[in-house]
Amino acid sequence: MKRIFQKIAYDPQLCDFCGTCVAVCPHDSIELFEADFNILDSCTLCKNCIDVCPIRALEVADEE
Amino acid sequence: MKNSYDIVVVGAGPAGSTTARFAAQNGASVLVLEKDRDVGIPVRCAEGISDAGLRSALDEIDERWIDSRISDVMFHSPAGKQVELNFKQTGYILNRKIFDYDLAHMAVKAGAEVLTKAYVSGLLFDGDKVSGVTFTHMGKEHKVNAKIVVGADGVESRVGRWAGIKTRTKMRDMETCAQYTVSDIDLSDHHLHLFFSTKIAPEGYLWFFPKGNGRGNLGLGISGDAAREKAPVAYLDEFIAERFPGVSVLNSVVGGVPCDKTLDTLILDGLMLVGDAGHQVNPISGGGIATALISGRIAGEVAGSAINSGNTSAKAMLDYPKRWHKAEGKTHEILYKLKNNIFKLTDEEFEAIADAGLKVPVEKRTMITLFKAALVKKPSLILDAIKVFT
Repeated sequence: MKRIFQKIAYDPQLCDFCGTCVAVCPHDSIELFEADFNILDSCTLCKNCIDVCPIRALEVADEE
Repeated sequence: MKNSYDIVVVGAGPAGSTTARFAAQNGASVLVLEKDRDVGIPVRCAEGISDAGLRSALDEIDERWIDSRISDVMFHSPAGKQVELNFKQTGYILNRKIFDYDLAHMAVKAGAEVLTKAYVSGLLFDGDKVSGVTFTHMGKEHKVNAKIVVGADGVESRVGRWAGIKTRTKMRDMETCAQYTVSDIDLSDHHLHLFFSTKIAPEGYLWFFPKGNGRGNLGLGISGDAAREKAPVAYLDEFIAERFPGVSVLNSVVGGVPCDKTLDTLILDGLMLVGDAGHQVNPISGGGIATALISGRIAGEVAGSAINSGNTSAKAMLDYPKRWHKAEGKTHEILYKLKNNIFKLTDEEFEAIADAGLKVPVEKRTMITLFKAALVKKPSLILDAIKVFT
């Protein structure tokens, strides 16, 4: 059986690195650097970050 | 740079630089670490502040900080009625790029050191007590010890979380915002323009803060819950397409404002949180510059005294939350309750409030006039309002 793993992915073309997603994450799963975005394994895909992003730079993507 | 300081401040915004200045004036050795390459850039802010707010931590006001002065407020109803209100005080629209630089400069003149492009990656502990930070600068890892670490790291604050403080902002309390600095817009220059409509900015409002000659900050904030339907940027683009098509955008920025009560925990042994990192923001207006200056001043003075006394435990720094709550925090708790009722106002109710305001002669109209009208339309506001004004 094929399992598809999903994770939050960011679009570097859109992301403004404002940190609003970091502030609403219930599990402290987002690391935001000056020009990089990293999701930790503690993420439960609650999607708060996607919904709060002012510019819709985040989405759920299939993991490789 | 040394490997040990009395105080390390994370973030060189108004809260961090003000904390650093007052702590250094009290004799403490202070290092301020800023992650970005420039202090004050990007400007994630509408840049409005009252005269009293500015003077809360600054003895003299430098004209270079001020782009324009505001004397009145223009309330725009959902149907487009305009209700002019006397602001009853002087308001400024700042140039934060210059302002933030100068606040950092004042901290340096007081004896603090500031380092940019310094990304703080974690805390150091001595037992349970916070004892410093780790950070990267120009590709190198550094450790620096401190008797007090001050988290002034903004809405995205992680310093508090690393120390175990629950700092998450609830979705309904996060105002998620988009703002354009526009050029040549047809809105008056001496008003603070506020647009209320569930269609323009649900669970929030849209603002235009003029900078003179048709320039200014045009932006909006909506709650995280409201943003599940549509993004702030989409709301702003639709408003511009409908009301001001073709207006040029000189700068665009997005960000979040924690429109919340103050965090329950602002201090731990060897740790303080200030400004947005402590959720020290006016929960209704979203204003956070004045509150950053106020919390920074108190935190800096208390931190300086704690260093001088040789005791930087949470118990020794209790004056910081105490003085903050007396100055602003208690008021914020009431404003927070009011906010939740204001969020529930319908477009019909906003319209009725505008009509009631227009019946009052313009020279007698203030924000309080509109608020009284809101109380009549929404009696549930009265109980909370009594607590604000008595």
